[in-house]
Amino acid sequence: MALTNTDFAIEVSALHKSFGKVHALRGVDFAVPRGSVLGMLGPNGAGKTTAVRVLTTLLRPDSGRVIVEGYDVVRDAAAVRRRIGLAGQATAIQLELTGRENLEIMGRLNHMPRSSVRGRAAELLERFEIADAADRPAKTYSGGMQRRLDLAASLIAEPSVLFLDEPTTGLDPYGRLGMWDIIRELVGRGTTLLLTTQYLEEADELANTIVVVDHGEVIASGTPDRLKDQVGGDLLEFTVPDRAQLDDAVRAVAGLSDSAPTVETDAKRIKVPVGSGGSTALVEAVRRLDAAGVVTEDLALHRPSLDDVFLAVTGHAAEAAPDGAAKGQKSPAAGVAS
Amino acid sequence: MTAIAEPLKSRARPSAAQMARWAISDSLVMTRRNLLVWLRVPAYIVFTVVQPVIFVLLFRYVFGGAIHAPGSGGYVSYLMPGIIGQTAAFATFATAIALAQEATKGVIDRFRAMPMARSAVLAGRLIADSIRMLIVILVIIGVGYAVGFRFQNGVAGAVGMVLLAEIFGITICSVSAFVGLAIKDEESVQAFGLIWIFPLTFVSSAFVPIATMPGWLQVFANNQPVTLVINAMRAMALGGPDFPLNPSLWESLLWLAGILIVFVPLAVWSYRRVG
Repeated sequence: MALTNTDFAIEVSALHKSFGKVHALRGVDFAVPRGSVLGMLGPNGAGKTTAVRVLTTLLRPDSGRVIVEGYDVVRDAAAVRRRIGLAGQATAIQLELTGRENLEIMGRLNHMPRSSVRGRAAELLERFEIADAADRPAKTYSGGMQRRLDLAASLIAEPSVLFLDEPTTGLDPYGRLGMWDIIRELVGRGTTLLLTTQYLEEADELANTIVVVDHGEVIASGTPDRLKDQVGGDLLEFTVPDRAQLDDAVRAVAGLSDSAPTVETDAKRIKVPVGSGGSTALVEAVRRLDAAGVVTEDLALHRPSLDDVFLAVTGHAAEAAPDGAAKGQKSPAAGVAS
Repeated sequence: MTAIAEPLKSRARPSAAQMARWAISDSLVMTRRNLLVWLRVPAYIVFTVVQPVIFVLLFRYVFGGAIHAPGSGGYVSYLMPGIIGQTAAFATFATAIALAQEATKGVIDRFRAMPMARSAVLAGRLIADSIRMLIVILVIIGVGYAVGFRFQNGVAGAVGMVLLAEIFGITICSVSAFVGLAIKDEESVQAFGLIWIFPLTFVSSAFVPIATMPGWLQVFANNQPVTLVINAMRAMALGGPDFPLNPSLWESLLWLAGILIVFVPLAVWSYRRVG
């Protein structure tokens, strides 16, 4: 058997896992380079959580191989556990205890010496902006704070690989942005991260590589830009109230990208596919339309959503009703992972 | 921290002694965590301490006058070992509920993805619950003394009674741990607890002499473990010809050993299946 490739923190090959007749994972392959972020994108029930549970030693795979930091998750589960952190939708914090107590308990359970636990907990409380509430019971915290505390708890022993299972599901937009900042900072420090999400936007913001999972299979993978290009990338859309200006508008925006604008004459709407150059194209469009003296309404950049990716890759929407003909297993599989 | 990927085959495992030290320290950390939670939630304290105190007062002053108990200490002396046994059994509700919550909230999963000893979740729960049980038993004995109860069989007898109550409580904890982890739904766990713990503790010698029950019920009451345990506790606390120690003591110990042999593996098995 070959030695592990030291460039990868996580290597998954031909991973299968079934629950009775439901195939939650059907031959999943991917690898995560050390220090990078893999975004695992897919709808509820796609198999994301099952994959994370296998990778974090919580579930035994039926077949296939999973290596984390050079250790096999089945044969060397204990060694894997010493090197990983896990945080997710379900928080492991004890709400009756204070933030500090929660972190110190987690540190002790990670076999850190008592002396270093105190300092490490204080540092994390400071870094994650919980210091002011450190000695209040965690049940008095906001949802975002509880999630940050939970993330801090998973980082207490400085894991080199971190698994985040839908870290922002259920958070308000403010909480989500706060979480993104923290995740970016972590990655800046060299932590390898695998994160699952239902939001393309989130994967786009945080991940170096995205794997799209559906019905237990990887149906697409690549950089966020490549995936977005696959679905046509960003789309610039606007309305021209004065029908007489429609042609001027089309001429003004025609050179924005390689793709030609499409015009819905009745709706007086113009759409321009602009690939991954969204924001630049938006500014350029405003400048050109203004120069041409065209008055517009509802000028906006439409970014591709998870649904767009799914439509492009599989031909069906992410949260679609059962499409028995295409994949068959939709409804049973949906019950597995969540 | 440098992370160097070792080749798959060469790896150092911690020694057995190190593993044992971790298992102990992890269990103690979990014990401390569970006790802290208990102390922080007034409702838990009310449920575990105030409720048995109310039972003492209720039976002592409301029902007590109507019940003729054997022995020289009157009903209150007859009652106290019974209440203490019942308290130990009731205390295990909390075991089942707490484990059910941790299983459904995904907390147990998170612990299992950490390097902590796998046994520590169950061990820490049982240790914390037996400490909590001991505190409650001592409080109840204090309340008993205030309303006329006296140990009549010396210090050794008193200690023996508390010890047997603890062993009994821990045994019921193992059943509750299994029930909590197997059912997992908090409310069902509570309802199910009432169904088996209530009849076992009330249809026993805990509160009334079994001779006052109808014949068919006496058959059950005389032969079930709670009666045997409480008879032995009563013998140790009160002594005298009215309360013989044997065969109740060895019969109750046999029962408890049998229950532990069945339910500890079941609890461990259901803990492994969580998730």
